[in-house]
Amino acid sequence: MLGRDKDILKAAEDWSKEGRGVALATVVETWGSAPRPVGSNLVIDSAGNFLGSVSGGCVEGAVVTEAIDVIDSGKPKTLEFGVADETAWKVGLSCGGTIRVYVEKVS
Amino acid sequence: MKLDLLRTLNAERAARRAVVVVTDTESGTQRIVKAADIATDPLAEVLDKRVRMAKSGMEETAQGRVFLTVHVPSPQLVITGAVHISQTLAPLGQMLDYAVTIVDPRTAFATPERFPGINVIAEWPDVALPPLNVDRYTAFVALTHDPKVDDPALLHALSRDCFYIGALGSRKTHGRRLERLKAQGVSDAALARIHAPIGLDIGAVSPAEIAVAIMGEITLRLRVKQDKAEAA
Repeated sequence: MLGRDKDILKAAEDWSKEGRGVALATVVETWGSAPRPVGSNLVIDSAGNFLGSVSGGCVEGAVVTEAIDVIDSGKPKTLEFGVADETAWKVGLSCGGTIRVYVEKVS
Repeated sequence: MKLDLLRTLNAERAARRAVVVVTDTESGTQRIVKAADIATDPLAEVLDKRVRMAKSGMEETAQGRVFLTVHVPSPQLVITGAVHISQTLAPLGQMLDYAVTIVDPRTAFATPERFPGINVIAEWPDVALPPLNVDRYTAFVALTHDPKVDDPALLHALSRDCFYIGALGSRKTHGRRLERLKAQGVSDAALARIHAPIGLDIGAVSPAEIAVAIMGEITLRLRVKQDKAEAA
């Protein structure tokens, strides 16, 4: 685990205690060359603030948007990003890998 | 993730204890397994392996597909002896992501010039070691050759259940060390935990090569189960 990941989970707890809507995104699977390893975290609040990373910056924007939905609905979601994905035209991984990201609400 | 689960997770991590979050990514069901509960968990075998490798990932289980988020404290390396071997061992440990500390009361040895960027404490072990939180995620290496420094440090390391304990010295030197420690009331089982002669047998000659042999042995002990490690 990277040292930075520790701060991210602490931030998730702190933000939630402050009463902010919070979601946690975790890289759960990777194929091919992926920028961040399985287990990497991104914490997002309902205002779109985020900390950490699930890719080298390639797909964070999309994850944040989805995370705000998850905060509203309370239902977890699994997102997939990669060059084979049709969304690759908009958001994709330039490295050619594929990643699956699990997004859940902290409540 | 439920906030109380997240709170437990962060508390375990702050206390430097391994912990795994088991998530069913389909249903969102989640539970937390503390290090102390792994052995009795239905997923004991896979949890043990994952914690040993410090590797998160998906697993097929009898209960379906789950994601295991593995949190393992970052390992530390504590060395007594600001000696020639340490000049390679300390930076090597840092490269492998260990938090490295060298303890040596001899101020001529324990200088920042000899160990740039390394935490060097020029104190006796009884002063230097207690604040370091030596624990089971600590590799401890005694390199001074001086019983006044190494013996109390080894006693401390044994009492803290370090995953690796090694001590420099020939079989003869180590034999005398074992007699001294035994006289201090250390059990045979505990004494058997000390790796000596230290390091994997790779024919190391120079101090730097001995450092590589030690780091190899530490890695083996960190990653491979005891019985398999002994066969290696």
